[in-house]
Amino acid sequence: MTWAGSIFDTAGGPAERIARLTWFLIIVSVVTYLLLLVATGIAMRRARARRLREQLADTGPDTESRLTRNISIAAIATTLILLVYVTATARTGKAIAWPVNARQPLTIEVTGHQWWWQFRYRDSVPSNWLTTSNELHIPVGRPVRVILLSNDVIHSFWIPELHGKQDLIPGHRNTTWIQADRPGVWKARCAEFCGHQHAKMAFDVVAESPARFNQWYVSQLTSAQPPTDSSARRGHDVFMQRTCIMCHTISGTQAGSSVGPELTHIASRPSIAAGTLRNTRENLGRWILNPQLIKPGVRMPPNAFPPADMNALLDYLETLK
Amino acid sequence: MRTISFGQLWRRAVAVAALALGLACKREERRFNATSPSAPAYAAVTLDTLQPGVPSPELSVKSPSEGNAYDISQGKQLFEQWNCSGCHSHGGGGMGPPLMDNEWIYGSSPENIVATIVEGRPNGMPSFRNRITANQLWQLAAYVRSMSGLEAKAPSPGRDDDMQYKVDEQRTPIRTPRASSSRNVPAKSERP
Repeated sequence: MTWAGSIFDTAGGPAERIARLTWFLIIVSVVTYLLLLVATGIAMRRARARRLREQLADTGPDTESRLTRNISIAAIATTLILLVYVTATARTGKAIAWPVNARQPLTIEVTGHQWWWQFRYRDSVPSNWLTTSNELHIPVGRPVRVILLSNDVIHSFWIPELHGKQDLIPGHRNTTWIQADRPGVWKARCAEFCGHQHAKMAFDVVAESPARFNQWYVSQLTSAQPPTDSSARRGHDVFMQRTCIMCHTISGTQAGSSVGPELTHIASRPSIAAGTLRNTRENLGRWILNPQLIKPGVRMPPNAFPPADMNALLDYLETLK
Repeated sequence: MRTISFGQLWRRAVAVAALALGLACKREERRFNATSPSAPAYAAVTLDTLQPGVPSPELSVKSPSEGNAYDISQGKQLFEQWNCSGCHSHGGGGMGPPLMDNEWIYGSSPENIVATIVEGRPNGMPSFRNRITANQLWQLAAYVRSMSGLEAKAPSPGRDDDMQYKVDEQRTPIRTPRASSSRNVPAKSERP
């Protein structure tokens, strides 16, 4: 699990084309710059030679025509280079606008919240719709249509290894697409300042083989199993009778609020609090007791549960695989 | 007469401006990690001054959210997210009583409103005991008070993101213009 993605460490589709364009522009610019330096050097040498000639009162009659010729050459060269830039950019833009092989895209609705991500996988069968938070799984080699929505302010969806940035705008539906050509695990983050905890608004991206993706999908579709041991049962009651139930969903239970992230399979996620902490029992406990110490301003309030309740709650949350 | 050089004048002007700026910029507090006066506070709330025996001492609970714009807007967000609007309809009232008028069945002070939320009230208001933290209760109460103008105007939310009752002009039925003398002005006797 790396923290900072690189746009040059591409893993597919659009990002590949963008990286290629970036390299192309860099190379053309560097070559142009070097040529300019050489031309400047030559001009300086010539100027010195001309000054010597002028001292000898040997001014050629062709100064003005030479000047006209040189300026014309420079203007044409500049125009040509700019034309190359524009053509390359337009070609790349066209290539990444929509996938050629998008016959059967997977459609995922992304909703940005202050400060977490909600992913809703669409399916032709409504009962197969899947909602998850802060964790995006995609199958390798299949284009994914991403619909971008926002619940509050403008956010920006950015997986550096897969595509450029695209904004999530409240009241507006943006669309983009991604495709992973190799399996991998990446960290993606919000790329538009969105308030206090913008820096701690990340999510995990897992690209895996279609078989493993399907396995994950089916397991995520199942409801939470009722806890069996007594401590977890008590934790379940704490969850349902205290502050948790006001904001979170655990499918298969009474909890069904969509204010905060969905928790039906929280124990299977690599991180908590939108990519802020590793998903360990200790971190989860710290987070529930006082999220404001970790992400000041986050919408989740501090919860002063007695230790016994807290332990039971953690036991329960750990059963939510 | 004492003369002041331009440099001195400039330095004094900067000092005065800095002082004025420093006094003018009062940053509103956002208490992310503070604990609020909580549970026993609303247990002692009374709706009436009539008491048997010696009157109990004045309640010394002060809502930390009064006059705090951040808290009031948080309260507004919670009000929508927790579906208070389901019954109170953005304050206009529906199944539940309206909150933007000046009638308070169970009291209008922040403590009274908190007590109403925590304990629930007959005929439909559920009890949110243990389900809302003290901070959030004060925030909700501050927002509820702002709806009927009990909060100062400056910190109260000025604009609604919700559906508005006013119909767009182009969607209202066409009306024929009338002469200015017959304009729809109520007669003097009808005016309040």
